[in-house]
Amino acid sequence: MLLVAVEVLIKGIIVIMVLMGAAAYMTFLERVLMARMQLRWGPNRVGPFGLLQPIADGLKLLCKERFQPKNIEPFTYWLAPSISVFTALFVFVLIPFGGTVEIWGHQVALRIADVNAGIVFLLGISSLAVYGVVLAGWSSNNRYSLLGGLRGTAQLISYEIPMGISLLTVILAAGTLSLTEIVDAQKNHWFLWTNPIAFLIYLVTAFAETNRSPFDLPEAEQELTAGYHTEYGGMKFAMFFLAEYINILAVSSIAVTLFLGGWHGPWDIPVVWFALKVAALVFLFFWVRATMARFRYDQLMSFGWKVLVPIATLNLIVTAYFILV
Amino acid sequence: MERRKAAKSTLIQVLSMFKGLLIVLKHAFRKTKTFSYPEVKRKLPARSRGKHFLTKWSDGKERCVGCELCAIVCPSQAIYVKAAPNDPENPHSHGERYASDFQINMLRCIYCGYCEEACPTGAIILGNEYELVGYNRESLIFTKDKLTEKNPGDSGRDPNREI
Repeated sequence: MLLVAVEVLIKGIIVIMVLMGAAAYMTFLERVLMARMQLRWGPNRVGPFGLLQPIADGLKLLCKERFQPKNIEPFTYWLAPSISVFTALFVFVLIPFGGTVEIWGHQVALRIADVNAGIVFLLGISSLAVYGVVLAGWSSNNRYSLLGGLRGTAQLISYEIPMGISLLTVILAAGTLSLTEIVDAQKNHWFLWTNPIAFLIYLVTAFAETNRSPFDLPEAEQELTAGYHTEYGGMKFAMFFLAEYINILAVSSIAVTLFLGGWHGPWDIPVVWFALKVAALVFLFFWVRATMARFRYDQLMSFGWKVLVPIATLNLIVTAYFILV
Repeated sequence: MERRKAAKSTLIQVLSMFKGLLIVLKHAFRKTKTFSYPEVKRKLPARSRGKHFLTKWSDGKERCVGCELCAIVCPSQAIYVKAAPNDPENPHSHGERYASDFQINMLRCIYCGYCEEACPTGAIILGNEYELVGYNRESLIFTKDKLTEKNPGDSGRDPNREI
């Protein structure tokens, strides 16, 4: 029992470390990639090829003054960033990174927890992420923040529905709720090939769930200064930033697990295939951000409710028909 | 019919989004347009306006005759000229007078080029040098020794030209 606890603890610490590092370097990668797509150089001064830039940024944010605006709600104001980071990190408890490997004669499963109702748990946790946004917007006593927080809430709740429906097709196809078993069911053919529409809907909703462009309305700089994190600075802001990037990793990992065959790939190498697939999806996120313009709020809502929900429902019915017959 | 048209235009819009993605990806493999400034310096067009020069005739005499027209026309009042009569034995310029003191405040100057236009002798011209930085305000008030070209023609302007 103790051994299991220690194993889970070590795995958790490793995952958190890797995620933090990955999120830091994703900011760098995003800046460089977007710069190249816009014919610029991007950060290339700190260290070789600018590789130390995220570390410099982190140090700068750590050294910033700890301030809070007047008339805020202090408890929720300080709680909101941690909720964002917590929910973003929590998703990775459920993601299987690889099969089972043997380390020093000890069977280690490359996942932190194998929950038998994994997907349901996942959806529940990812819905909680909205609390970070809305509490931050509400508690900072700023109209822009409040508007950003409300937009974020409306957006997340609206896009949660098509996301859930599109994930239902995967559950139907795999016949299980456990993420490990879903990955095993994709050993021979990915669910991407059987449920391409569900994958597309999931991808669109994933962009919306992570507040990334073209769905970055909660933090629209031009209209809302910075939306829900207008009043946050220093490390508190960095927490939101970190949460955003870990969220990108999270939704990419979920997409890989549910649609792209998880850690399966030619030659059974643990983790590598998973990481490569996630990296490809993360690149897609940056690529889209460099291309797409932001939706208008009414477009966002009508797209979510009038296009995505009906398509997802139809897709679910068709999938159910094929599975039953 | 209207409905079909709307559906078609929506489809075109969606497709053009993907086209946009491809265009952006193509740009990622193009050469960047940015200059890595301190290492690579941009060569400005010949007629762009930067630091001023006080030019000389080909015989080494100063062109400036101390008329102060540049100081009068200057919209930001960045130029100060103090004229003095030429010593007939050892004249500084071809005219009666010359500029015994000539200062341009580079912090005030807006590089409009009016001084260059107003000058009757072509003495003041704007060069291409744009790296004008200093640690204090005094160092950016350029005096005559800093502005005058060392040899006739250093500014890039033909020293035999009349104006």
